[in-house]
Amino acid sequence: MKLGLLYSRIRKDEKLLLSELRDRGHEVEKLDVRDLRFGLTAESGTAAAAAADCDLILDRCLATSRSLYAGKFFAHYGVPVVNSPETAEVCANKVKNSLALDAAGVPTPATEVAFTSDAALEAVESFGYPCVIKPVVGSWGRLMAKIDSRNAAEAILEHKETLGHYEHKVFYVQEFVDKPGRDIRVVACDGEPVAAMTRSSEHWLTNAATGGEPRPFELDDEAERLVREASAAVGGGLLGVDLMEMKDGGYTVHEVNHTVEFKALDGAVDVDVPAAVVDWLELTAEAASGDGVTAPA
Amino acid sequence: MTEAECVECGADVTLHDDIEVGEILDCDTCGAELEVVEVSPPVLARAPELEEDWGE
Repeated sequence: MKLGLLYSRIRKDEKLLLSELRDRGHEVEKLDVRDLRFGLTAESGTAAAAAADCDLILDRCLATSRSLYAGKFFAHYGVPVVNSPETAEVCANKVKNSLALDAAGVPTPATEVAFTSDAALEAVESFGYPCVIKPVVGSWGRLMAKIDSRNAAEAILEHKETLGHYEHKVFYVQEFVDKPGRDIRVVACDGEPVAAMTRSSEHWLTNAATGGEPRPFELDDEAERLVREASAAVGGGLLGVDLMEMKDGGYTVHEVNHTVEFKALDGAVDVDVPAAVVDWLELTAEAASGDGVTAPA
Repeated sequence: MTEAECVECGADVTLHDDIEVGEILDCDTCGAELEVVEVSPPVLARAPELEEDWGE
């Protein structure tokens, strides 16, 4: 297989994948998204030519905006790309993510979207305190606000309305889920869980990026089902599905990530996560080409 | 192990043998975030600043 690795930074996650791919004898074309130009035809720009011989493009862009456009162009050129632009578009935007999960009947935190600070304040008051305001696009727990009072809500909404660009005026207000000091991250390939971990913290944010401590987690049947359904809801692919445990039992799925980081998971569990991901990439490339794509001898 | 010069402070930065173009390193002397832009010979540049839409 020849795999095009679309990237803007080589994190530990990408190094793990590169090592696994090369160990299996696969050819890897590293495609720095910052260097590419994307034309409307395969003959224009530089991106189509750079990816011409690739069986599959793996989108590992750090910048969501670049990921969304680049994926669409590669699909336009007829080069298979994972995750698909359709999946990326849903996962990259919390509003679309919530709508997709709800439409599929996957339990997800109650959410309201408003377009003015007055309407957003009404949403906050309807949830009561605490509740949460999140940016529509963002990751790693950044710009997330737990709102404990009306005073805090008014201040944060005014700041977002005054200082933010237009996407910060799409106010995404969500119920606060009183999780047990941890959430659950599942890496899944087309809905099949590779491995799962909890991320624990005394802070209300438990993301690994904010210092949440990873521990292995054994999924029960319900969690496995929800991972499958959440994956299908956003179009499938290599995904990070995030769940929270509810006080009265069961789970709620708060988001699905399309350029999932897995280094913390790989360090926390016995499963060889990059090997499982490359297994899936081989199968995906094979399915895309219709030919047998296997590791060279 | 090889070394390259930090573009911020000029100190030598020790590099692992398996460095990749696109990898980010910290300069132990000045703390600058550096990006590997060439591996043979190794060349470092200032890493891009964190952007709002970065993430997973």
